[in-house]
Amino acid sequence: MALEGKVWRYGDNIDTDVIIPARYLISFDPQELATHCMADIDKSFAENVKKGDMIVGGKNFGCGSSREHAPIAIKTSGVPVIIAASFARIFYRNGINIGLPLLEIGDDVNKIKSNDTLRVDTSTGKIENLTSGDVFQAHPLPGFVEDIAKAGGLINYIKENKHND
Amino acid sequence: MGMNMTEKILAAHAGVEKVSAGQLITCSLDMVLANDVTAPPSFKEFDKIGGPVFDNTKIALIPDHFTPNKDIKSAQLAKSVREFADKHDIINYFEVGRGGIEHVILPEKGIVAPGMLTIGADSHTCTYGALGGFSTGVGTTDLAVGLATGKAWFKVPETIKVELSGEKPHDITGKDVILTLIGMIGVDGALYKALEFTGEGIKSLSMDDRFTISNMAIEAGGKNGIFPVDETTLIYIKDRVKAPYKIFNSDPDAQYCQTVRINLSDLVPVVAFPHLPGNTKKITDIGNIPIDQVVIGSCTNGRIEDMKIAANILKGHTIDKNVRCIVIPGSQQVYKQSMRAGYIDIFIEAGAAVSTPTCGPCLGAHMGILAAGERCVSTTNRNFRGRMGHIDSEVYLAGPQVAAASAVLGKIAQPSDLK
Repeated sequence: MALEGKVWRYGDNIDTDVIIPARYLISFDPQELATHCMADIDKSFAENVKKGDMIVGGKNFGCGSSREHAPIAIKTSGVPVIIAASFARIFYRNGINIGLPLLEIGDDVNKIKSNDTLRVDTSTGKIENLTSGDVFQAHPLPGFVEDIAKAGGLINYIKENKHND
Repeated sequence: MGMNMTEKILAAHAGVEKVSAGQLITCSLDMVLANDVTAPPSFKEFDKIGGPVFDNTKIALIPDHFTPNKDIKSAQLAKSVREFADKHDIINYFEVGRGGIEHVILPEKGIVAPGMLTIGADSHTCTYGALGGFSTGVGTTDLAVGLATGKAWFKVPETIKVELSGEKPHDITGKDVILTLIGMIGVDGALYKALEFTGEGIKSLSMDDRFTISNMAIEAGGKNGIFPVDETTLIYIKDRVKAPYKIFNSDPDAQYCQTVRINLSDLVPVVAFPHLPGNTKKITDIGNIPIDQVVIGSCTNGRIEDMKIAANILKGHTIDKNVRCIVIPGSQQVYKQSMRAGYIDIFIEAGAAVSTPTCGPCLGAHMGILAAGERCVSTTNRNFRGRMGHIDSEVYLAGPQVAAASAVLGKIAQPSDLK
């Protein structure tokens, strides 16, 4: 699926505590979580993010707590894809499991800046930076992990397959 | 070519002879764990799959994060966990007052054992690697699928061998070992990978040291942090683990992607500065850092040995007048043992607040939130920005000996500074 959107650029080791601080975990309503998304690192995000905007992070994006509230808050904010040099593994699983595409591109993230416009094909992993003209290729999802992503998440995948093995 | 412990446990639970790094597999689960933050959102997903839980004896539900309930919304969360546990007859549900912090009580009650495969909707589920099992943190959706099917998908991780030599000095704790390692390899040094602790140095690590070390494998990005089963493990699980269990050992020709060597004899107490667990400094290199609060507890350092270390240092001393010291035994059992050993008296005499078991302050939930500009020395596991309160507060991670000495002196200190 081809997406086009403006970039919110963050650095290395963006942890799930700054994505959705624990004080907001008393709710798991996606809409409410979205109103606090990125609260402890960028107060302007929740106010100004537009549907289709993309988040680009550095190394180890989503490190820390296993709270799935974090990718849910981002997804519900209207962000259709996260691109990073690398993702922390629980966040990576959670993203795939809720049907939020996560693309890893290593050091190529350094060629993406805030407010750049990207065109992203989540099925091929091709990323075009329309602002700079750079083109990147994300690492493909391995094996049945791609099937989970295609099903729109793990619950759909389980229901479609009834057995997950 | 042989397999290492992590690979053997994963292979056994995938029902295959052999696995190797990078392989995608589906495994049967021996234990599925969740708490009052992560369980409630999973129930909705669980209902989408439909059907009963896969096995009511292989699920543990433990309200520990916002408990005792901090407000009405958190009370609703805890209530939904209680109702789910009741409806599905979950054997391992531990009510407030009868349990404690999940990663303290699961080993303590013999619910996790060597060779077991455990997933938990809490990142510090990796704690049980200390007992020679494979255990790892997952999110809400994996949890829901685990509750319904008893299965989870995994990518077999590459394994980093952490070779521990020498002998742990008396003033060093498991916390210093793991913080030293994270300082060496970084907060993503073990990303997607297993950490396997080996070497003669392990003999000098107590079971509580090992729980602390495995607990923070996630802070290096690790999938799990596993120890071989030895005499210390067997003594610990004796009289606790009732079910049969299996011991897995790494083959001599097992594959590792990297080897990291640490000589325990050389270690000094270590403090992780804001705002990353990998931002470590030796206690001898830190200068004068005044503090406002000390927290001694959590799934990382809320066990009886941690209480003992803190009590031995606080005995006969008083907490600095500018410091609030909050001590949180990690379980009812640890609380009771601490009381009988006289530690609670020592804490109270010194001017510390002693709390019922809770994760509370560690994640900035309740029971010790920091104001803007405040500094806390904490035996917990994360010092991310805003982790324990205001985004302009600071958390310094350390072992219980450093935390206790710092509480007395009102600045970051080690026990030898007290004399």
